[in-house]
Amino acid sequence: MSTIQVKPETSSPRELERRVVNDFSIQVATVNGSGSQTANTVLMRAIFQMGVPVSGKNLFPSNIAGLPTWFTIRASKHGWIGRKKEIDFLVAMNPETAREDVESLEAGAAVVYDEPLKLDSVRNDLHFYPVPFDKLVAPVCPEARLRKLVRNMIYDGVLARLLGIELEEIHKALYKQFGPRKAKAADLNWGAVQAGFDYADKNFTKTDPYYIERMDATRGKIIIDGNAAAALGCIFAGVTVVTWYPITPSTSMIESMMGYLKRLRIDKQTGKATFAVVQAEDELAAIGMVIGAGWAGARAMTATSGPGISLMAEFTGLGYYAEVPAVIFDVQRVGPSTGLPTRTQQGDILFVATLSHGDTRHPMLFPSSPEECFTMAQDAFDLAEEFQTPVFVMMDLDLGMNNWMADPFPYPDRPLRRGKVLRKEDLERLGSFARYADVDGDGVSYRTLPGTDHPAAAYFTRGSGHNEKAQYSERPDDYIRNMDRLARKFETIRKHVPPPELVLNDRASIGLICYGTSRYAVEESREQLLREYGLETGYLRLKAFPFTPEVADFVDRHARVYVVEQNRDAQMVSLLRMELEPEQIAKLRSVRYYGGLPIDARTVTDEIVAREGL
Amino acid sequence: MSTATAPPKKTNRVGLEIASYKGGKTTLCAGCGHNAISERLIECFFEMGIYPWRVAKFSGIGCSSKSPAYFLSLAHGFNAVHGRAPAVGTGALLANRQLIGVTVSGDGDTASIGLGQFCHMLRRNVPMIYIIEDNGVYGLTKGQFSATADVGSRLKTGVVNDLPPIDTCLLGIELGATFVARSFSGDKKQLQAILKAAIAHRGLSVIDVISPCVTFNDHEGSTKSYSYMKEHDLPLHELGFVPAFEDISVEMAEGEVREVTLHDGSRIVLRKLGRDYDPTDKLNAIRTLHEAHDNGQVVTGILYVKPEAKNFIELLNLVDEPLATLPESKVRPPKEALDEIMEELR
Repeated sequence: MSTIQVKPETSSPRELERRVVNDFSIQVATVNGSGSQTANTVLMRAIFQMGVPVSGKNLFPSNIAGLPTWFTIRASKHGWIGRKKEIDFLVAMNPETAREDVESLEAGAAVVYDEPLKLDSVRNDLHFYPVPFDKLVAPVCPEARLRKLVRNMIYDGVLARLLGIELEEIHKALYKQFGPRKAKAADLNWGAVQAGFDYADKNFTKTDPYYIERMDATRGKIIIDGNAAAALGCIFAGVTVVTWYPITPSTSMIESMMGYLKRLRIDKQTGKATFAVVQAEDELAAIGMVIGAGWAGARAMTATSGPGISLMAEFTGLGYYAEVPAVIFDVQRVGPSTGLPTRTQQGDILFVATLSHGDTRHPMLFPSSPEECFTMAQDAFDLAEEFQTPVFVMMDLDLGMNNWMADPFPYPDRPLRRGKVLRKEDLERLGSFARYADVDGDGVSYRTLPGTDHPAAAYFTRGSGHNEKAQYSERPDDYIRNMDRLARKFETIRKHVPPPELVLNDRASIGLICYGTSRYAVEESREQLLREYGLETGYLRLKAFPFTPEVADFVDRHARVYVVEQNRDAQMVSLLRMELEPEQIAKLRSVRYYGGLPIDARTVTDEIVAREGL
Repeated sequence: MSTATAPPKKTNRVGLEIASYKGGKTTLCAGCGHNAISERLIECFFEMGIYPWRVAKFSGIGCSSKSPAYFLSLAHGFNAVHGRAPAVGTGALLANRQLIGVTVSGDGDTASIGLGQFCHMLRRNVPMIYIIEDNGVYGLTKGQFSATADVGSRLKTGVVNDLPPIDTCLLGIELGATFVARSFSGDKKQLQAILKAAIAHRGLSVIDVISPCVTFNDHEGSTKSYSYMKEHDLPLHELGFVPAFEDISVEMAEGEVREVTLHDGSRIVLRKLGRDYDPTDKLNAIRTLHEAHDNGQVVTGILYVKPEAKNFIELLNLVDEPLATLPESKVRPPKEALDEIMEELR
């Protein structure tokens, strides 16, 4: 894609010098509850349909209506879909924040704004496009009470005209968004889009340099949020019991799952459900039901966020010690306490790794994309059942609640791994079994399911001390033998978690480690470091805890290793310190961002440049 | 009465001896009411002819919660965390609807730390038997009041309880349990009849069993002692139970007998004592409990029953076979289903 391609009818000579095509960010500042989500989604989708790589970040308040909210769309011909720090094109709809929003822009940015706000008086180094939204909405929306919701769609039309977004694509995205059952609402909104487009066409001369032009970089891709992806992952991993308590930002995972379950998992012959979804009274009960169901042999899961994780500590310890499978999705938000409920962080890593009192270790998976949310759901259920232990899938708000451009999900390529379960026939052959005996030397014992039709099947599960036969025991040797076996089991788990993604570079003395959504900033930062500073870097993206041997090898290969993460206390560095040797630990450096917005590449680059003295 | 409880034979109708229903040796105090309750459970499951491995036992934490280890060793058991047996039991029954769930809890486990889970289990009408071994005191931590202790009852140390008790039966009736009973661990015959009826019931059965703590709460001044119960126990009716598999006519005088048929065809037979008590009358049940409380009496018997109510598993419209063991073909949708969704998201 050429960046100097010229469209003479819209370009002034000044623009020719600096056309910015498919490489900028748009921020829409609105009031929560004003229906802007639809307008923003349609805008993002239209750009995606034009083949331009795009990402959308919804920065919203913990509020139903009235507080300010911002939606940022980034178009990147290079395919960078992390957050971009600078805003290039602002749509200022919220009188509360408009001035501040405009003041924070860099010179040369463009602003579409609600005319009465008179924002052009604030600065003179920006491109201003005032739009009389109220005047435009009245004729296209005769019903006054709907105007507030339709009004925002006008800026989609204005932007289509100013940025060159094809109207047909807006139309397609809009009708896809509303679906066939809400065609009337779609028609109303389409009128608003056209009104905005026509107004911009008649009244504006484009002075800003920003353009969207058709590319071919999104073919075959989908748009989905991580929560929906995880929900689908669970369903295709054969989940049967889902219990939950509503909490932002995990709620939409279960809500999305309920929709898909009704569609995919009602038995066609009987009309009955092959799943149970229970909204529990709190997170204690939610995880308790998962533990009960997992014990009885179901693939059971719950989804929550930090405050829920705190409540689940007790049952997680029971799950670890009594060895019961469970899958917990932690869609992390900003803590501690209630924290910033609608902002993103990777702040639960250290807490979850050893959640509960006593000596415990829990496997964690770190998905970084919707595709991984989907595939790691099966990984999580397989690990939980194979190793009879709670497994945590550590997502975050950015991944879970934002829409992402993603590759379509691959259909699972392996059967469900249900682990070491003895059936009636096995018991007939064996005669008896000891629930916590290490028969295979891998620390993983055999279990039976309640209801197994055999007198030798039963055993007594307890969170108190027990021996190999699951009998109550306070004997020091029984306790130590059991705890050592659990440690051995954790080493077995290490051999079965997904290995990291690695990019090794023989010329690099600097290595970068990241996980989850921090990858997008790090990938882009590596390119900035190389292009702007000639700094070559190695790259390792963690996909799981416990760490596989690749991690120590990676540290050995580099002189200094920067661990990039989204929390204040360098939590992943702490976990690495638990598992690495002193000379490896000495090489670790930490780059952190913890303001609640998704981390951006420039923050990473600036920090590394400063630390390396470049 | 009655011919309803046949004398124990050597083997039951599924060919098992009573030994198959026993548990481990109890570690509770000699004379503890809880042990008597375990004995009744052993007898009932034996006499009802239920395979012990079809039962799943649950408990929380406390003296009471140890007792599932002392009956039905051939059934899976899960001694969970304090106050949270309802959630574990609910989860297990969702995973396998064919299990017969028996939860044994205590007054601390149910009425204090687990009150939230207890209430929500009631609302859901989870099909299981929930026994509260109620002694009004924390035994394992050596004698503190629980939330079911009556106002004015006195600890061994002389401390007097001045907070009102939580009546778990009242809560049960109010919040949706479909079988609510109160009994006394010392009343073998009544407790047996109640337990058998609860086993036959298809919804949640809450049974509050006053079970004196011989070590910390069996003294003068305790309202949960053997002597207090013997003086203040007011049975609502004489109870008989006729399981569905037995066709026995109950011979009682006309007008004195009331029968309630349970979902599986079993019958509860109530012979009136003082008055004509109707256990399907919710408001009357609540009034009776309040009146007894005001009079310092403990009414025992089947207080409330609603056999026709849908239980939680039925409400969720689950498939007949256990979710836990559904084959992969039933729980993983085909590739075409995924492809179709991917196409919609393009």
